[in-house]
Amino acid sequence: MAPTTTPTLELPRTPREPGRPAGGGPRGGGPGDGSAVPSSVSPARIGAWLLVAAITVLFAAFTSTYLVRRNAGDWPAVFLPPVLWLTTAVLLISSLTMEAARRAAGRGTRASLRRWLGITTVLGLVFLGGQLVAWRQLAASGVFMATNPHSAFFYLLTGAHGLHLAGGIGALIFALTKAPAAPTHAAALDVADPVATYWHFLDGLWLYLFLILYGI
Amino acid sequence: MAVAHETTHEDHKLSWIRRYVFSQDHKIIGIQYLMTSLFMALIGGTLAMLIRMQQGWPGTQWGVAKFLFPGGFTGDGVLKPDFYLAVVTMHGTIMIFFVLTTALSGGFGNFLIPLTIGARDMAFPFLNMLSYWLYPPALVVLLASFFVAGGAPNAGWTSYPPLSAVPAAAPGSGLGQSLWLISIAILIVAFLFGSLNYITTVLQLRTRGLLMTRLPLITWAQFITAILMLLAFPVLLAAAVMLLFDRHAGTSFFVPTGLVVGGRLLTHQGGNPLLWQHLFWFLGHPEVYVLILPPMGIVSEILAVHGRKPIFGYGAMVLSLCAIAFLSFLVWGHHMFVSGMNPLVGSAFMVTTLAIAIPSAVKTFNWVATLWRARIRFTSAMLFAIGFVSLFLTGGLTGIFLGSPAVDTYLHDTFFVVAHFHFVMASAALFGLFGGLYHWFPKMFGRMMNERLGRIHFWLTFVGIYATFFPMHFIGIAGEPRRYYSPQMYEFLRGLHPLNVFVSLAAFGLGLAQIIFVYNFLHSLFRGQKAESNPWHANTLEWQAPSPPPHGNWGAELPTVHRWPYDYSVPGAPDDFVPQTTPVTAVPVAGGAGDDPAGDSPEHA
Repeated sequence: MAPTTTPTLELPRTPREPGRPAGGGPRGGGPGDGSAVPSSVSPARIGAWLLVAAITVLFAAFTSTYLVRRNAGDWPAVFLPPVLWLTTAVLLISSLTMEAARRAAGRGTRASLRRWLGITTVLGLVFLGGQLVAWRQLAASGVFMATNPHSAFFYLLTGAHGLHLAGGIGALIFALTKAPAAPTHAAALDVADPVATYWHFLDGLWLYLFLILYGI
Repeated sequence: MAVAHETTHEDHKLSWIRRYVFSQDHKIIGIQYLMTSLFMALIGGTLAMLIRMQQGWPGTQWGVAKFLFPGGFTGDGVLKPDFYLAVVTMHGTIMIFFVLTTALSGGFGNFLIPLTIGARDMAFPFLNMLSYWLYPPALVVLLASFFVAGGAPNAGWTSYPPLSAVPAAAPGSGLGQSLWLISIAILIVAFLFGSLNYITTVLQLRTRGLLMTRLPLITWAQFITAILMLLAFPVLLAAAVMLLFDRHAGTSFFVPTGLVVGGRLLTHQGGNPLLWQHLFWFLGHPEVYVLILPPMGIVSEILAVHGRKPIFGYGAMVLSLCAIAFLSFLVWGHHMFVSGMNPLVGSAFMVTTLAIAIPSAVKTFNWVATLWRARIRFTSAMLFAIGFVSLFLTGGLTGIFLGSPAVDTYLHDTFFVVAHFHFVMASAALFGLFGGLYHWFPKMFGRMMNERLGRIHFWLTFVGIYATFFPMHFIGIAGEPRRYYSPQMYEFLRGLHPLNVFVSLAAFGLGLAQIIFVYNFLHSLFRGQKAESNPWHANTLEWQAPSPPPHGNWGAELPTVHRWPYDYSVPGAPDDFVPQTTPVTAVPVAGGAGDDPAGDSPEHA
């Protein structure tokens, strides 16, 4: 699998980069006849940004509903479990370790890349575990989804964020298997960079949700 | 994420299942989307016939239909009221989401985007396969709602709560409504995978020389549509998730306080049904542009190719696409003029709504100007494209009436609205679909469709559509509300009976005419005349590939683009078409973006 999959990380560039397709023929129209596309961005990076855009809209819909629904008059704010401060801190740190991994990929230091990706994965799992603890504590104190609108939104927003973060952990595990084994720095970065984009986004998204759930 | 590019020699290694069922080839996926959509169109069309049966002859005993839909008819063959609502709901849902969106965006988008940009496949072929294979489960879940207790949902394709939120509200508000929501959620994920793929592919995989300013308008339309889908559908996903929680977890996002259903006070507190309407229409309005932008692109191609003339105002065409897409996010409130909104807000939505008329008119005038003194070949594709312009104009004009809150207050939820959107969105999009099929059928299947049958199909369909939907304007102005089980229940509507019978007869004729298309399509698939690679003498890249294109689309070398796609009837050129791959040294560029003849390098506009 490895020898065939590694080149595929580079292959999408061939249509854009004259001279590199399998045929390797001479460029059709001279030196100026390059592709119309800036070549430094891989499809996966664009894909990550588009995914971020779609998820932003999803949560914009959730939270705008929250802000409207909040004014309905039946809004007893739920006391949120303090463990959330801890999970927030863990997620913030995981963003730093993810950034370290991305930079390690850019430098081409594979051992360091593997280590930082691993630490980020573990921190992500700790975050999810902490969110589950928060759910259990709320449930133990008799607050469920149907208890009141604030608790409904709490479970909804943390749950939706948690699902996306679980997807992010899947992406991290994928990056752990692919990025350190990539043949070039650029290829490793093409794997690590979209994952980092997505992970930082989930971090920022959580801060936004946390602020809304606590403050507004 | 596997970003794979299989080249032609790998073709032989793939098993039949990998090539034609779980295929990652964009052409197969596009054809899968199209075929499944056409199958769903047969179901949606049959449901439309049931609606017209009931509207034309309410209370009649239908012996045969009783056996076809045992749950939907009483023992003596009268269509049940809740089944009528289920049929209306499912007709709308199927036609909008499972036929037009999937065929025009999933079908033509997949098939055409890589071919028109000179790529071997999509940027993420695996995601693309996943996108298609979420579609059959979604439709199975949707159709399953016909067979569960209570039957299919009754709340309309817009699924307004509380009818959609309270399981006891109507027979179809039970399990059927939950299945509807789950089905839509699955389909939304499929659309997101697809649109993510389209945008990335257009941005990243264009071949040498293919600047954005040289993209064919069909590709522009698919690109903009993908952006719309990416930014609009997540809102409906959020709303569907919250509605599911209202239904099954006892939350109160949309269910208000003090609702009494079936003599029982509900425990829900403080929800707001209008919130659903806002969320739904924030998707819903961009969604109608998701349906109409790809046909606009298709029609632009067909008018230029079969009119042997450059498209008039290429830049204006692209800009108006962008303007329509942008404005479509700002007009959702015009679906809610009677929801008790502040009149000031209503006026603001009126202004944005009427503003959409400007880019729409730009497009219409440009199509007409393209036809002006063109050497028109009246092929089936061309007839449907011209028909599209007619239907879009007719439906667009009534949109100006409905865009005004004062007029809409009277016409809201009457058959006038049904007439409006069946012209501007449903029929026009359908004509785009037919035109596109007649035009690209040779490329898809390597055979020509029968032109004589195609022209007969066009005329029957065109007349059938006007005969069916134009009288609905009058039925609506006379006050018949949409979705009512029977117009005979009210004294003031009884006078409309003859008109309703006429509409129903026209609808049956329209439905029967589609059998010609089905026959032509299936017959041509196996027995049609073999197509050459460029039967219409078109310029765009897909016609440079063989018909049908092989796996990987191009031989060893990708095509190089030297000009815009609409150099038709260039004076002094050897043919009346100049493919995009023709160097400017051979034939000078007549209009639009082309290589600089001096330096032979693409101009960076």
